[in-house]
Amino acid sequence: MPEVNLVGGVTMALSRALEEDENVVVLGQDVGVNGGVFRATDGLLDLFGDKRVLDTPLAEGLISGMSVGMAAQGLRPVAEIQFMGFCYSAIDQMINHASRLRNRTRGRLTCPMVMRMPYGAGIHAPEHHSESTEALFAQIPGLRVVIPSSPGRAYGLLLAAIRDDDPVVFLEPTRLYRAYREQVDDDGKALPMDTCFVLRQGTDVTLVSWGAMIKETLECADTLALDGISAEVIDVATLKPFDAATVLKSVEKTGRCVIVQEAPLSVGFASEVAAQLAEHGLMSLLAPVRRIAAPDVIVPLAGLEQNYIPKLDRILEAAREVVAFS
Amino acid sequence: MTAKKTGASVDLSKVHNDPAVATFQIGYRQYLNAEGTLAADLPDFATERDTMVAMYRCAVLTRTFDAKAVALQRTGKLGTFPSSLGQEAVSVAIGAAMSAEDVLLTTYREQGAHFFRGVTLKEVFMFWGGDERGCKTSGPKDDFPFSIPIASHTTHAVGVATAMKLRGQAHVAVCVLGDGATSKGDFYEAINLAGVWQLPVVFVVINNGWAISVPRHKQSSCETLAQKSIAGGFEGEQVDGNDIIAVRTAMDEALAQARAGLGPSLIEALTYRLSDHTTADDASRYRAEDDVSARWKKDPLVRLRNYLVGQDWWGKSDEESLLGECKSRVNEAADAYLDTTPQAAEAKFESLYDDLPEVISAQRQWVK
Repeated sequence: MPEVNLVGGVTMALSRALEEDENVVVLGQDVGVNGGVFRATDGLLDLFGDKRVLDTPLAEGLISGMSVGMAAQGLRPVAEIQFMGFCYSAIDQMINHASRLRNRTRGRLTCPMVMRMPYGAGIHAPEHHSESTEALFAQIPGLRVVIPSSPGRAYGLLLAAIRDDDPVVFLEPTRLYRAYREQVDDDGKALPMDTCFVLRQGTDVTLVSWGAMIKETLECADTLALDGISAEVIDVATLKPFDAATVLKSVEKTGRCVIVQEAPLSVGFASEVAAQLAEHGLMSLLAPVRRIAAPDVIVPLAGLEQNYIPKLDRILEAAREVVAFS
Repeated sequence: MTAKKTGASVDLSKVHNDPAVATFQIGYRQYLNAEGTLAADLPDFATERDTMVAMYRCAVLTRTFDAKAVALQRTGKLGTFPSSLGQEAVSVAIGAAMSAEDVLLTTYREQGAHFFRGVTLKEVFMFWGGDERGCKTSGPKDDFPFSIPIASHTTHAVGVATAMKLRGQAHVAVCVLGDGATSKGDFYEAINLAGVWQLPVVFVVINNGWAISVPRHKQSSCETLAQKSIAGGFEGEQVDGNDIIAVRTAMDEALAQARAGLGPSLIEALTYRLSDHTTADDASRYRAEDDVSARWKKDPLVRLRNYLVGQDWWGKSDEESLLGECKSRVNEAADAYLDTTPQAAEAKFESLYDDLPEVISAQRQWVK
């Protein structure tokens, strides 16, 4: 069984998908000869040739728009946007066309495309390379929004995204790309895109997160365990559709919840999780729900980046507070 | 802001005394001028009665449909509608030139092209009447529905053409856009890819003089919109868009070129929007009635009919019979549209995803 990091899990899934379905086409800036700026598509051009792995001109709106056209023709384009910060001209296509094509033609045309994007802060990248604007996409009907947080989930969820018959926005946390390796079986098994993953069972507090913040959230659970506090850790993984039931079920057991997001606090996806708890889990709650997020400021340049990303200490403090709340 | 007046082009090579490294030329194509006289030798299809009459019939049908749609909107039986009055020739010629396997991607004013390809009158009524089923059309299965956002469908067209090229199919994507759309980034991104990948795509810019209230000269200081193709590395030409023979010939050549793997083309068809932008617009706010009435003298349907009559292919009784037939077909379609059972409230969930997520499906009860 190969041992791969998260970006390796992405590459393995792309390779598998290209192998199993001749309609899968990988496209984007620098994805061919260069193998992608993060090397996510490394080696695919040599393996599958230039009719399956396409280096496009530098134009994000084009990349997403042409993917809509290709998908309507029955191909399964997997487009890479080099960084999430450059996706905004591509959002027009995702909202106005990709998400709507099936609906507005009542199923005559469909849009089985994936838009992959590295996202998030923490790798000392230049300006515009560090945002977490996943909530923008999670608002859009017709899309699926998926964020892996481990090499195995990158593999299984990306396979699911490519095989799905609807458009999927697939966000890859750059901070975790090379954080660690794990054994991932290249067995072609997809993971479900309609469920949260319970990464750790616990009874005293529920910690909910997704993407790169899963790292600090798991560290928080480890530290709490030293104090005898049993934390359940849930990786949302698929923000749309959101499997609130798994979170609600966990909070039924723990009565306490801390939600951790890298994005700025206001109107982020943590607010949706908190709203679900307020609407459907109030009677389970033994303490106020806490959201730990970045401040409502513009992502700083690399110099102040580490003070921007929510720190383990803040998560720990919130978790201890809600556990201590009588 | 007042648009820059270009006047005669300046040859900078002469100013700086440098040799030219590239030169470009934009041609203008016309066969039938506004007076109905021949400006050039006719292509073969123009000597075929059936071909020419079929296009005329569809153009008249489109105009009849148009008048009915506006009337239905005025009486509260249709939503906002974009009339194609005065632009029927270019739209019909595009549809007539294409084969069923080609894919058509248009803005919202191209009823004529879609009708020629088999989309029904009822379906177009349904779409503008507010029913998504109007986009589940009876035309070629891969044709795109009307694109409401401007120019974003140009990128779809190059995606469709990419799929055709990757599969080695001799099919063509035909992208129809307006003059205003050529100001948008999507258009430039699309023509750039079309050129660099030599895609089987034809861009037809319907230059009707107006982007709602903004006239052509305020849209771009380029002498022609056809020359924008040069930025994509391929040829463009201007044609008289009210001359159905010119449009059809340009389309035939562009399609043949794309089918042969020889790359994309851009056709700028000069026509005029005789109506308001849509039924929600009042064009008298921004253009003079005299200008519009002068344009009526270049009516593409009159020009085509005069040609048919001149060939002894068409007479008064043919015209009367066609008008009657179009009127009854349009009225029948309008009645069928008005009699259509509305979609169930839950229909808004049914085509949202291939596999509707349970959490969204649970919201069906809100709309019952």
